[in-house]
Amino acid sequence: MAVSLQPIKRGLAAIALLGLALPALAQTTVSEAWVRASVPHQPSTGAFMTLTASTDSKLVGVASPVAKTVQVHEMTMNGDVMGMKEVKAVALPAGKPVSLDPNGYHVMLMGLTQQVKEGEKVPLTLTIEDAKGAKETVEVEAEVRPLNAEAGGGHDHMHMNH
Amino acid sequence: MNDQFTRRAVVAGMGVLGLGLLAGCNPARGLEFKYGKNMSNEILGRKFSLKDPQGNVRTLSSFYGSMPMVFFGFTQCPAVCPTTLARAAQIKKMLRGRDREIFEVVFITLDPERDTPEVLDAYVKAFDPSFTALTGTPEEIAAVAKEFKVFYEKVPAGDTYTISHSSTSYVYDTRGTLRLSLGHSLNAKECAEDLATLMEIC
Repeated sequence: MAVSLQPIKRGLAAIALLGLALPALAQTTVSEAWVRASVPHQPSTGAFMTLTASTDSKLVGVASPVAKTVQVHEMTMNGDVMGMKEVKAVALPAGKPVSLDPNGYHVMLMGLTQQVKEGEKVPLTLTIEDAKGAKETVEVEAEVRPLNAEAGGGHDHMHMNH
Repeated sequence: MNDQFTRRAVVAGMGVLGLGLLAGCNPARGLEFKYGKNMSNEILGRKFSLKDPQGNVRTLSSFYGSMPMVFFGFTQCPAVCPTTLARAAQIKKMLRGRDREIFEVVFITLDPERDTPEVLDAYVKAFDPSFTALTGTPEEIAAVAKEFKVFYEKVPAGDTYTISHSSTSYVYDTRGTLRLSLGHSLNAKECAEDLATLMEIC
């Protein structure tokens, strides 16, 4: 009996080691990052993306050189009233893509220091906090899409006709 | 003299034609929208007097002969406003012939303090060069919102604010009678279908 347990124990040890190794590998991938173009003197615009964290984490901050203030807002619909409020963090459950799109959570770039033009790239620095409170930053280059860019996300039935 | 008479006749003729067009909108009865809400019997949005970015006063009668779709928003709105304006541009592309010619899009700002005429004009025209933006004093905007029963409120965000607001679009017939409301969740095709229904009676 004792002998046959040995491989299992080894296996468990390996799993434990893997478990230990995971937090060190914790990372968040960002895809489809884009910013809505602004018109001259428009003071703010939105940034959108999809975030996938490898371990349970949360997005706790965003910064960008193009805006004085960057906040994460949540859009809610109450009947036909669109509500907007600032949120301090967005939960990023392990392995689950979380989309920041015009129909839910999104990043607001407020107090734009310049016009954001289609085709440009906007640098964004995301601060992600894992379950243990460790913070990492992720640098993103978000492409600027036209003002009338498709909402995407929950509005799959809306497609731009080009 | 003869020449003048002819000109007068033409002008008069145009007037009669115009009247015919205006009078051509059939009553609300029989108006069946597939997606939007029939507003023919609602006491709502009967008047407004605001200014376009060029400073011209615009009232409902400024849009007689066309079919304006009116909605409210602000240019710093990240979600509903650009989506609704993009949808309006798509609707316009879907309409054909005369329907497209008489369709007008009117964006009324709920943020007159920050939406300067220049920003407003550039903003709506980025979606379609034919779109019109309207603004007024905060009091005028409040009165128009009340007239449309449009809810809006400033929500503090850091050292500034954002605005929560109603997202419905309102469509008038060519005589300036409110006919149809289109919710934010409808897509361009659904809106265009209802607009075509309305355009059939006018």
